[in-house]
Amino acid sequence: MTSAASPAGTTPAGPPPTAAPPAPPAGAVRARARRGARGAARPGILWALPAVVFFGLFALVPLVLVAVLSFTSWTGLGSPSFAGLANWTKLFHDPVMIQSLWLSVLLTGLGVLVQTPLSILIGVWAAGRQRGRAVLSAIFFIPLLLSVTAVSVLWRALLDPNFGVPAQAHWLFGDGNLLGSRTGAIGVLVFVSAWQYTPLHSLIYQGATRAIPAVLYQAAAIDGAGRIRQFLHVTLPQLRNAVVTSVILMIVGGLTTFDSVLILTEGGPGTDTTITAYYMYDKAFKSFDYGTGAAVALLLVVVATAISLVVVRLSGYDRMAGTQEGLS
Amino acid sequence: MTTVVRPSPADGRNASRTTRRAATTGTAVGVRPNYLAGIGAFLWLCVVGLPVYVMLGATVRTRPDYTAGGPLSLPGTFSFHNFVRDFQGGFGRYFLNTITVTASVVAIVLLLVPPLAFAIVRNRGRATSTVFRMFLLGLAVPAQAVIVPMFYLISKAGLYDNLIGVILPTAAFCLPVCALILTGTMRDIGGELFEAMAIDGADTKRVFFQLVVPLSKGGLSTIVVFSALQAWNGFLFPLVLTQSENSKVLTLGLYNFQTQYGVDIPALLAAVVLSTVPVLLIYLFARRALVQGLMGVGGK
Repeated sequence: MTSAASPAGTTPAGPPPTAAPPAPPAGAVRARARRGARGAARPGILWALPAVVFFGLFALVPLVLVAVLSFTSWTGLGSPSFAGLANWTKLFHDPVMIQSLWLSVLLTGLGVLVQTPLSILIGVWAAGRQRGRAVLSAIFFIPLLLSVTAVSVLWRALLDPNFGVPAQAHWLFGDGNLLGSRTGAIGVLVFVSAWQYTPLHSLIYQGATRAIPAVLYQAAAIDGAGRIRQFLHVTLPQLRNAVVTSVILMIVGGLTTFDSVLILTEGGPGTDTTITAYYMYDKAFKSFDYGTGAAVALLLVVVATAISLVVVRLSGYDRMAGTQEGLS
Repeated sequence: MTTVVRPSPADGRNASRTTRRAATTGTAVGVRPNYLAGIGAFLWLCVVGLPVYVMLGATVRTRPDYTAGGPLSLPGTFSFHNFVRDFQGGFGRYFLNTITVTASVVAIVLLLVPPLAFAIVRNRGRATSTVFRMFLLGLAVPAQAVIVPMFYLISKAGLYDNLIGVILPTAAFCLPVCALILTGTMRDIGGELFEAMAIDGADTKRVFFQLVVPLSKGGLSTIVVFSALQAWNGFLFPLVLTQSENSKVLTLGLYNFQTQYGVDIPALLAAVVLSTVPVLLIYLFARRALVQGLMGVGGK
């Protein structure tokens, strides 16, 4: 789902809903409203309550429950029964589980390596003034309008070894069964997510490039820097924060990729693209081992959080976001 | 060197914007064009355009024509048979279900988020800042993390295989980003406006409906577009929380068609196109709100 990194957003478990502030007695609310009206009418905490209760019920309660369920055994029928550490010990001895973590990291890493240079180039280009830029940018935007499902179904059809493009372009694809080999399947997953998400990251870079003060370019030009040196020595350093934002989004998105794996490869061939999110689905909803599924889910959250925490710390992003949100 | 710098004419914003833009990319009007960037842009156009061309082309082709000519060839036939086939395959029901889910999610978001954002922005208490932090935490929670317990809760509540069971969690997962977007908009409302209204004796409710809501239109349309897009494209919650044909949504329908239609790729691609038409319409009419909404979507 949605994820944007933020300093606060890097801790795995939110406060349980019981930590939500209790509604103050009605009298206090009225008093506050009156007090506010004298200065400027201010809403009481009751205004936030419906959203808090709703969010607590459907997002925070399940987050607590996932931890509980990871210590139980449940097949979907009846009630979960306590199983102690059984799920966890099983997982730590499960080669597919360990492989899935590596695969998730590998796919995410490849995604960052492919998408970052591409979207920087496209974003910087789109921020410029070339002829036809607006029209092209609008076309570049199309993949982002399609849902992950639509994109995956489209590419699966396009890459079909019998009826797709490989059947027509043998010179390029050989036997054409890209999704049938480990390298091919991983390559397709990386390519398809780059196809879909490069526009989003280009948008980030386009905005950041437009915000670079012109003075810097004028100074560089006076010093005799050409186009390429201006790009390397002015544009790139100025895009540093945008790179961090974009990379964090890619990491969080990459680690939680699920739909495209289910539709394009179903974790295969074999378990060659069984990334952690897919493994969780496989355990819980295909093998009906919900306890183990919950444990995998919890592990996924912990790993994703740990990685984005490291990135945030290494980049100093926490200070930046902190001032942005007017929090601290 | 023939680059950029021109004395910035001091006659107004247009001129200075031109200079800035020109300087930004190192190309100025009348200066040598950037062939390298042009070639790169063209290549990317092919990468984006070819699949889209194949998809659009396939929708109007018959299956024999597609199979014989291959996906890249020009359409030799023109028929609407693929769309007919999609609707026979249940596309209409999926479409209606998705509209139901999307409209309900947007309604819930519009009901819950504006008061929440109002409280976060205008209430100075410690409780509200705690609430805001809680929603920021919520940003980091992926749907996969909670899908197992969600399945448990929804089944226990008797909402399994019911659209309500899809609507509620989908809406909940829209709340953090929407709250973030809307608080951003509401912070921009000047404090003196609130004071003026208070002097006029307006109570909180009036301030909300006559000042805050009208002045937050931009943010409101962004959260509408964003939550609609989330609901429209949602996959995991419907996949896990529904089962029967009657409660399938579009994305599941597409996934279904893929196995069901197998070799009938034109019909499959026609369904993909059909499922995207509403989003394209939103794009045409609300481009700005959509772009902002998507930037909020992040990597997912």
